[in-house]
Amino acid sequence: MSTVKLTVNGKAVSVDVEDRTLLVHVLRDHLNLTGTHVGCDTSQCGACVVHMDGKAVKSCTMLAGQADGSSVTTIEGIAKGDELHPMQAAFRDNHGLQCGYCTPGMIMSAIDIVQRHHSQGSGGQLDEATVRQELEGNICRCTGYHNIVKAVLDAAGRMKVAQAAE
Amino acid sequence: MGVEGIGARVVRKEDKRFITGKGRYVDDIKLTGMTHAHFIRSPHAHAKVKKIDSSAALKMPGVVAVLTGQQLVDDKVGNLICGWAITSKDGSPMKMGAWPAMAPETVRFVGQAVAVVIADSKNLARDAAEAVVVDYEELPAVADMQAAIKAGAPQLHPEAPGNQVYDWVIGDEGATDAAFAKAANVVKLDVTNNRLAPNAMEPRAAIADYDAAEEHFTLYTTSQNPHVARLVLSAFYNIAPEHKLRVIAPDVGGGFGSKIFIYPEEMVALWASKKVGRPVKWTGDRTEAFLTDAHGRDHVTHAEMAFDANNKITGLKVKTYANFGAYMSLFSSSVPTYLYATLLSGQYNIPAIHAEVIGVYTNTTPVDAYRGAGRPEASYLIERLMETAARQLKVDPAQLRRTNFITQFPHQTPVIMAYDTGDFNASLDAAMKAIDYAGFAARKAQAKSQGKLRGIGVSCYIEACGIAPSKAVGSLGAGVGLWESAEVRVNPVGTIEILTGSHSHGQGHETTFCQLVADRLGVPISQVSIVHGDTDKVQFGMGTYGSRSAAVGLTAILKAMEKMESKAKKIAAHALEASEADIVIENGEFKVTGTDKAIAFPMVALAAYTAHNLPEGMEPGLKESAFYDPTNFTFPAGAYICELEVDPGTGKTSFVNFVAADDFGRLINPMIVEGQVHGGLAQGIGQALLEHAIYDANGQPVTASFMDYSMPRADDLPSFNLSHTTTLCPGNPLGIKGCGEAGAIGASAAVINAITDAIGKNDLEMPATPDRVWRTIHAA
Repeated sequence: MSTVKLTVNGKAVSVDVEDRTLLVHVLRDHLNLTGTHVGCDTSQCGACVVHMDGKAVKSCTMLAGQADGSSVTTIEGIAKGDELHPMQAAFRDNHGLQCGYCTPGMIMSAIDIVQRHHSQGSGGQLDEATVRQELEGNICRCTGYHNIVKAVLDAAGRMKVAQAAE
Repeated sequence: MGVEGIGARVVRKEDKRFITGKGRYVDDIKLTGMTHAHFIRSPHAHAKVKKIDSSAALKMPGVVAVLTGQQLVDDKVGNLICGWAITSKDGSPMKMGAWPAMAPETVRFVGQAVAVVIADSKNLARDAAEAVVVDYEELPAVADMQAAIKAGAPQLHPEAPGNQVYDWVIGDEGATDAAFAKAANVVKLDVTNNRLAPNAMEPRAAIADYDAAEEHFTLYTTSQNPHVARLVLSAFYNIAPEHKLRVIAPDVGGGFGSKIFIYPEEMVALWASKKVGRPVKWTGDRTEAFLTDAHGRDHVTHAEMAFDANNKITGLKVKTYANFGAYMSLFSSSVPTYLYATLLSGQYNIPAIHAEVIGVYTNTTPVDAYRGAGRPEASYLIERLMETAARQLKVDPAQLRRTNFITQFPHQTPVIMAYDTGDFNASLDAAMKAIDYAGFAARKAQAKSQGKLRGIGVSCYIEACGIAPSKAVGSLGAGVGLWESAEVRVNPVGTIEILTGSHSHGQGHETTFCQLVADRLGVPISQVSIVHGDTDKVQFGMGTYGSRSAAVGLTAILKAMEKMESKAKKIAAHALEASEADIVIENGEFKVTGTDKAIAFPMVALAAYTAHNLPEGMEPGLKESAFYDPTNFTFPAGAYICELEVDPGTGKTSFVNFVAADDFGRLINPMIVEGQVHGGLAQGIGQALLEHAIYDANGQPVTASFMDYSMPRADDLPSFNLSHTTTLCPGNPLGIKGCGEAGAIGASAAVINAITDAIGKNDLEMPATPDRVWRTIHAA
């Protein structure tokens, strides 16, 4: 057993877990943050993506102990109260989800994609081909990705506006 | 239509919980005292189970029980069943091999459960499973259909000599032979329809909770049809009578057919929860999904099409071998028969058709309905045949289709179906215009100058949806009726609850079903909620599959709404001292037509419940229900055209354009309809280019994770170019045909027709991987 200390969605938490416990199970089973999903166990599908210290990671492929001391943001932590994150709003407005199971991981990966491109100083100009390529690690069976890609491109614009306003 | 009525692109009501991580899927649910199940599964494709030694496991920490197949037998739990009876051409019934939920004696596919460990946590259950020793005696196995039907092949079931499930025929053999005897041209084609794994992103899961005091079970499960699950668990598996079993299917993460069926795991969880006296949870992992979720497709077909001198089709002969896997899954028998062969006429006027379908057992995962279920196999076959014929007859493939289109409706095909309406030229026109078919030759030449092989492929599909008229399917062997039910509950404050037997697992019913109510009453959809997925709340339902929820489920809601509105009008007329015939419903008010007298809908609702001043003899309350049984199937149809390039150096395919022109009748929410088409196209393209569930000769699956099975990713697919043509379905009052499966039905043939056009060789099987395409290009 180990004690793992994390900051999750801005709150400090401490959990005692078996050494073999994965980060996703700390989130789901110990902290009841069930928005992060498990879809494949082998790191392909991306339903489990969260942010650790601001970067997208697959929480099913990381021991909780490896995350000790880090700050984790899950799908439950990106809206500001009732105000949705621009990526959440863009997924809804563009019908970028159907069954919703891959959606939290998609949104967390997509935020990471947009943030990286914005910070790389490429003018924040994401194109469809880049979005499709960078979503390689997230599988959706419902949407055919068409509206997910639209949503990410839409959100990229909204996030840039939000960034400029800050 | 109003901003939230029929035809409006209303953003989905259900999205908020999904995008904020508040969806509630089965694995998200925790019950007090809950145990966890881990199944011990056969590593062999065919073996005798000689002994199961669980003594060491039972001594491990946190282990509650280890239960085996023999204990299921001892407790008289029923075997799994197939619910659609098919009769062979010799008059004999289909040969159903016994399928126990855990095998007491013989395992017949890799992944079949033999025992289950129940423990305090999932990890402890897994640890203990490692300590259970199962002594197997391996038997010869057969995974390939052609090998399975040969003399001397390993035999799976004593009930099924020669591994044959059935040998079934449809159509007029004599008339078809006569057509071929007179044919000017005959086109022949051999086609394999590759086996697919459905892979809903949420793995199957179940939580069973037995209440000993009430002798009552509750099952939370990943189901597309919770009432059907309850019916089957009660009537056939002897788990509990229906009034002692509540089935809840909360948020379900995709189904695509695979969550229609009742599987061993939920049966065992229910039975085990009573045995151990605590709730039992099982959540499958992805490899368990590959091993145990019913697979799709897996046909091998030889077909011949006869043409007269004017390129009119005069006859069609089809012989198909359909792989059932090791056991007959719940609706497996219907898929390669009544869901497949009845669509072999496609969009074409074919005077004579004869088809023979031979069902075959193999030591593989059972096969059942997967998005489209039989109709993709039929459409792929016919559209590959049409393309092959156009090449052989040296005519334009679009023109050959037009020459043979059905243009008069209703049209009785030689294979049961009576198409009610359609306009196949209109959808082909729309698709050809969208892709600039006329300009293709110039684009092909341009691509050639850059070293690329460009091809174009047409696919004109038709499907039978709105499943289904109960009497018709009953006459064909179905064990259930396929109507739908609904209830409209108006609360005293005028808010409305719609209870439906349809189940939404991505389809957006919580939005589209509200749109109907908004359309009829003029109330905002925020005043309406949709209740589904709980057998204790909803009176009954047959669930969601076969593109039926709008055509059948929504029509049931309409029928219940009409009854409710009729009573509400009487109440309004009484309150307004007007004639009922003069009452109209507009913008949430009941008005006396031609006057300014009106009463708001909530006041009508309140009047119904206060019952202080109702018309003489009227019962209080405002709640109505309806059962709707369709009169015919519906027939969505359309034209898909794919344009792509093949790199002759690598065999890699790149999409240039993919257009889809669909006729779904009336659209309730075009945004959601488009989403359904996108997803279907992705699955059809996935089958054509990427996906294949492969077994080695000994029945070992070699594609049992996402590392081995190629799921379509975002960069494997293009953006799609969609349009709609409309002929309203005359079979239901809303004119709806259904849209859930079309993409998966029509897409594969368009892709393969385009690749074979590009490379100039017709013989190419799915999935057309770069390796396979390269070899075909360079074959002698």
